[in-house]
Amino acid sequence: MNPFSSGTRLRDMIRAIRACKTAAEERAVVRKECAAIRAAINENDQDYRHRNLAKLMFIHMLGYPTHFGQMECLKLIASPGFPEKRIGYLGLMLLLDERQEVLMLVTNSVKQDLNHTNQYIVGLALCALGNICSAEMARDLAPEVERLLQFRDPNIRKKAALCSIRIIKKVPDLAENFINPVAALLKEKHHGVLITGIQLCTDLCKVSPEALEYFRKKCTDGLVRTLRDLVNSPYAPEYDIAGITDPFLHIRLLKLLRVLGQGDADASDAMNDILAQVATKTESNKNAGNAILYECVETIMSIEDNGGLRVLAINILGRFLSNRDNNIRYVALNMLMRAITVDAQAVQRHRSTILECVKDSDASIRKRALELVYLLVNESNVKPLTKELVDYLEVSDQDFKGDLTAKICSIIEKFSPEKIWYIDQMLKVLTEAGNFVKDEVWHALVVVISNASDLHGYTVRALFRALQTTAEQESLVRVAVWCIGEYGDLLVNNAGMLNVEDPITVTESDAVDVVESAIKRHASDLTTKSMALIALLKLSSRFPSCSGRIKDIVVQHKGSLVLELQQRSLEFNSIIEKHQNIRSALVERMPVLDEASFGGRRASSLPNTVSTSNGTAVKLPNGVAKPSAAPLVDLLDLSDDVPAPSSSGGDFLQDLLGVDLAPATQSGTSQAPKAGTDVLLDLLSIGSNPAQDNSVSTPDILSSAQDHKPAIASLDVLAAPSNMMDLLDGFTPAPPKPANNGPAYPSIVAFESSSLRLTFNFSKQPGNPQTTTISGTFTNLSSNVFTDFVFQAAVPKFLQLHLDPASGNSLPASGNGTITQSLKVTNSQHGKKPLVMRLRIAYKVDGKDVLEEGQINNFPRDL
Amino acid sequence: IVHKLIKLQIHFVLLISRQGKVRLTKWYSPYSQKERSKVIRELSGIVLNRGPKLCNFVEWRGHRVVYRRYAGLYFCMCIDEADNELEVLDIIHHFVEILDRYFGSVCELDLIFNFHKAYYILDEVLIAGEFQESSKRTIIRLLSTHDSMVEMAKEEATSIGNMIAQVTK
Repeated sequence: MNPFSSGTRLRDMIRAIRACKTAAEERAVVRKECAAIRAAINENDQDYRHRNLAKLMFIHMLGYPTHFGQMECLKLIASPGFPEKRIGYLGLMLLLDERQEVLMLVTNSVKQDLNHTNQYIVGLALCALGNICSAEMARDLAPEVERLLQFRDPNIRKKAALCSIRIIKKVPDLAENFINPVAALLKEKHHGVLITGIQLCTDLCKVSPEALEYFRKKCTDGLVRTLRDLVNSPYAPEYDIAGITDPFLHIRLLKLLRVLGQGDADASDAMNDILAQVATKTESNKNAGNAILYECVETIMSIEDNGGLRVLAINILGRFLSNRDNNIRYVALNMLMRAITVDAQAVQRHRSTILECVKDSDASIRKRALELVYLLVNESNVKPLTKELVDYLEVSDQDFKGDLTAKICSIIEKFSPEKIWYIDQMLKVLTEAGNFVKDEVWHALVVVISNASDLHGYTVRALFRALQTTAEQESLVRVAVWCIGEYGDLLVNNAGMLNVEDPITVTESDAVDVVESAIKRHASDLTTKSMALIALLKLSSRFPSCSGRIKDIVVQHKGSLVLELQQRSLEFNSIIEKHQNIRSALVERMPVLDEASFGGRRASSLPNTVSTSNGTAVKLPNGVAKPSAAPLVDLLDLSDDVPAPSSSGGDFLQDLLGVDLAPATQSGTSQAPKAGTDVLLDLLSIGSNPAQDNSVSTPDILSSAQDHKPAIASLDVLAAPSNMMDLLDGFTPAPPKPANNGPAYPSIVAFESSSLRLTFNFSKQPGNPQTTTISGTFTNLSSNVFTDFVFQAAVPKFLQLHLDPASGNSLPASGNGTITQSLKVTNSQHGKKPLVMRLRIAYKVDGKDVLEEGQINNFPRDL
Repeated sequence: IVHKLIKLQIHFVLLISRQGKVRLTKWYSPYSQKERSKVIRELSGIVLNRGPKLCNFVEWRGHRVVYRRYAGLYFCMCIDEADNELEVLDIIHHFVEILDRYFGSVCELDLIFNFHKAYYILDEVLIAGEFQESSKRTIIRLLSTHDSMVEMAKEEATSIGNMIAQVTK
């Protein structure tokens, strides 16, 4: 072998790479080759540059880095011979892309080659330019390309036309230079030139309104004539595909006519006849014919309305849809989707066929068909369509169930004519594909169930039945457990029986069985288990006969390794064991969940403009978010019908709810003492004047049951160990006492709503660890001034609160100033219980009263 | 890889063997090297796993990939969602027929050892992601002209080499 050759021949290298048995072997061969090529590059070897670049391209295709060969492309392009230039341009297109700076270095060589006397070299340069030119190159070389549109050889003209497309897409301002030369290309006979010229013309029309106007006026008739000649042309072997002369040219002509006809009645008129001819005369037994029909239908749908033609087009799609070829059915579904905007009625006629396509064995077709069905659903057909889809859910592929379930749920939610239907359908979906149902969907179902008071019994029985056959669909289990907890009594006594139902015999113990199996089921996740625990707590009061058994189940979980479950079972066990007298009040049925606010919150998470007490509850700064468990809300929720706590349980309840507050102090420079008392009563909302409507304020302060977020908020209140101390009556070990009272406590945002922020800074006097001095700063986040600003705070009995006068009673807008308020809190249970505080802030905006309330649970520990 | 790609008929062409080996890649829209390998990996996973008798289209990242299998090779072209899939099938077939005519009953080995020629052929079918020539005869004629120019240059080089060798003997 020649001592100067750089290694092996291309063919040998490919063989060596193919012979490699492992990736490591392949890497070794490639490394060796690359080293040899690098060496050759460094020596500026000319004889094998050509071969080395070919090797690099192969290596590149295997996915190895080859950037070191980029300059070799430029050198080859700059060589005089055709073979070097050919491989050089190929390397340029393969190894580089338009974003690499190296590309700028090649502009000059390309320019020279575009002016080369050898037309094949001109062709190479045009091809490379068309494939990778950047905006800068487009500007530099546009005049050359434009000139080449009139080159004597058609093969150069066609390449120049495609190159021009790239240029005007990169730099649309250059479009107008190409209008005149393109008009000439449209009159050519050479198919390659015609095809590329028409394509260029189409793109010009898209980037330039002037071009569109020009071609519409000057060329529409000519193009219609060209298409007519083509359609009627005799057999031409060179261009024939399946009996059609040049379908590619057909399609490009139809595309350009579409652009010209869109939005112009005259141009549309001019092409009606030929479109009708193509639509009726094209053979549809081969792909080529169908491709032309596809394009023709698109054009008919896009140009100005001609009723007759559109009927023709929709009929073609109908034929496509019933075709046995999957490809044709796929495009039919696609096009029907676009046709809906043109003629929804006509598309509806194919509904049953489309529905069949949802069940196709081909995933691509199923997906298209499902999208289309979704668009076809309306009030009048929702029931049969949903039935079909739900039935199919049973047998569908696992990987399609997610999409299908989401669409079905969305259809049910959007078009449900009545609640019972909604519940029925959702239960079916949960039974078939509960694991694919998104959280917000079953949350919404719970809200609907809660609102359908006449269907509570029906629903809980249906869920109980469903759970007998299907226990592995997580969200079905959750909804069932929630309903059994809430409406377990209706399950057992068959109350509210509807005509359509068969009575079932369920004992109290059967109901508990179901919940117990949900909590014991291995696959249940934390949310499900937590919900089951709550359901058990509720049932312990609804089913006195099972109370002992429920207690046992709860006790079993006291040792759970999952903190959340352990804590819940400890708490619930305490309620069951020590607080029998208030248990029934605690586990009352949940109040009806507000559909509107729930739906609204789902639709948008925008904060309310004027913050109501509900709103603030949501925005209370909370600790770590706990898994959602809506039913717990109930525990905290005191509705009107709660019996007054009896004396022995009273303390506990009040402590639990944190409402039996020590005589609270209030501040506020403009507040009359008398009026303040009323406000406080309202704030405390227990034992208040019966004339006062505390039914609103109580649940609001404690927890707004209107959606999930407040539920979580109140859950935190309950679940945070700090707040649970009272409930647990001290059988949780007290947190370790701090060794000394470190002076530094982090500041907190004690309260924040859309319009107001309150931050607290803490300090302590050395030697008096029980007392904390809090400096509160109010900032107005809205753009309106707050006047008559009053801040009130209340604390539980074990705390003493002293409020100093506030620094003012008017709060400038947009944070331009603050009100400061200092508070002194003495904690008699210092080291055992953390601070907790409820606050109420009243002010006026434009003379209107605004009231904000909240509870502060995020005090630093050990205050 | 979410691109705001310029509207092209064809964004890229891929030739993948049944074993997942890449035999040809041509990118008409700008994809970085990293994106390219990701695209190839993802698409070969999707396309190679599709059963027979299914339609030749898959939806992928807001685009549509039209593929067709010839023996052990999958020819894939990525197009815009609203474009004519059926025509792209014909474009693939057109390309394959030209390969077949050029190599004379083409097989995968031809495309491996003469991969550069496969690229030259593709460059006569597509430029800038747009269709260039519907006449197979024209393309074959052009290709053979190119090849003969390369041959001529080679012969010239050898004859010059021989002359030099003669003189220096």
